[in-house]
Amino acid sequence: MKKNMSIHSTKNSAFLINSFRDKNTILALAEKIVIESKKLPHDLYMMEVCGGHTHTLMKYGLTKLLPKNIHCIHGPGCPVCIMPKNRINQAYEIAMQKDVILLTLGDMLKVPGSKGSLQHARSLGAEIGFLYSPLQAIEVAQKNPNKKVVYFAIGFETTTPMTAALLQKAIELKINNLFFHINHVLVPPPLYTILDSKDTKVNSLIAPSHVSVITGSKIYEPIFEKYQIPIVVSGFEPVDMMQSILMLVQQVVNNTPKLEIQYSRVVNTNGNLKAQKLVKTFMETREEFQWRGLGNIPYSALRLKKEFAKYDAEIIFDSILSKENIQDNRACRCGDILRGIAKPLDCKVFGKSCTPQNPLGSCMVSSEGACAAYYKYGYTN
Amino acid sequence: MCLAIPSQVISIDKSKNTATVETLGVQREASLDLMQDEIKIGEYVLLHIGYIMSKIDKEDALESLKLYQQMIENMEDEEEYVDPLYKK
Ligand code: SF4
Ligand code: SF4
Repeated sequence: MKKNMSIHSTKNSAFLINSFRDKNTILALAEKIVIESKKLPHDLYMMEVCGGHTHTLMKYGLTKLLPKNIHCIHGPGCPVCIMPKNRINQAYEIAMQKDVILLTLGDMLKVPGSKGSLQHARSLGAEIGFLYSPLQAIEVAQKNPNKKVVYFAIGFETTTPMTAALLQKAIELKINNLFFHINHVLVPPPLYTILDSKDTKVNSLIAPSHVSVITGSKIYEPIFEKYQIPIVVSGFEPVDMMQSILMLVQQVVNNTPKLEIQYSRVVNTNGNLKAQKLVKTFMETREEFQWRGLGNIPYSALRLKKEFAKYDAEIIFDSILSKENIQDNRACRCGDILRGIAKPLDCKVFGKSCTPQNPLGSCMVSSEGACAAYYKYGYTN
Repeated sequence: MCLAIPSQVISIDKSKNTATVETLGVQREASLDLMQDEIKIGEYVLLHIGYIMSKIDKEDALESLKLYQQMIENMEDEEEYVDPLYKK
């Protein structure tokens, strides 16, 4: 029986999504991967850098379709997972000021800091808003001229240009009560940390989808030059991921490691230059940034340039912000999970004292975190 | 977190530099401040937290779908095809 994928039948965006979730295609790709994997000279340890990929692998049960010599390692690519406690504490401290409205994006709500989560601050009366788009911050600032509106900005290269665009708009509109607490992080630096660590098994990368839309695949070129490992920039849909895995396997089998783009319907080499320029106008790299689980990584995050100091919440609120780095819960193995050394099931408190309702570590908070994905999709041994 | 969703451009407002896009049946306004290329009504774009971040190359998408379809047809011709997902 032949099944058609209704390529031409729908006019709306559903066709782009449904066709890349087609069961028969997934299975056909799985079959091919199984056949090709028999020729692998060694096991393949693929790190899916991005949490969105982890989510897809788990949600569609793709890991169950893979042969035993292909291993999925869940990487550091979720801004919520890697947010260190001290940055959440700072957001908490700012939000607790009387004349402040703190704004951020959804997932940050439940991430535990050492004083509690933002949700907790809210229950104590702090004004905290969750935005669908950073653009809404303009409206909030205009409607509340007597308040300091602080945007707690999080995210990788994908989300950073939106923060820059927001600041540009605030300057244009002469809005003086909007401030930025910048926690934007970069994808390549933690990859060096992971690939350089002695105990890592990672020998191939599935590179992020939407980060790469902005940056272009060129940001992985130096990584490829240095380690000569197969890298495929992959889309988020299950068919995309299966095809990317097949591409990695074929690179190893043919002994032709390279940097390839599977997600060519939106990713190219150079990325969105306008967005890159906008980020460069307003931001510069920090000397270092502490990543949850990975520790201090030099030049791995951004901050506002000095010229924009009057918008910088870290400067405006300097006197009330705590600065010390805070250690994670001892039982929590998020760090090892991010390094690809442990799996969520290796953590003794997984699904016991640590659950999405009561997360001990950040890998359990975001739906893209490895622990939360394992828990949600029933990978409990 | 930085998941972006394919959407179709319904209308464009040049004065505000925004577009109305439809994402799986839901319409909303999105900023064009990050777009370098011209976009047209009917085209597909990627929407992320209120901003259109890139065009989607529909031809490229259709091309890969065709390839997958061919592959499935080839597989179905081979008798020993087993369904690894639903095999108990
Ligand atoms: S979607 Fe973006 S933020 Fe989320 S895990 Fe992937 S790269 Fe990271
Ligand atoms: S189960 Fe909880 S405590 Fe254990 S590694 Fe995951 S997030 Fe950390």
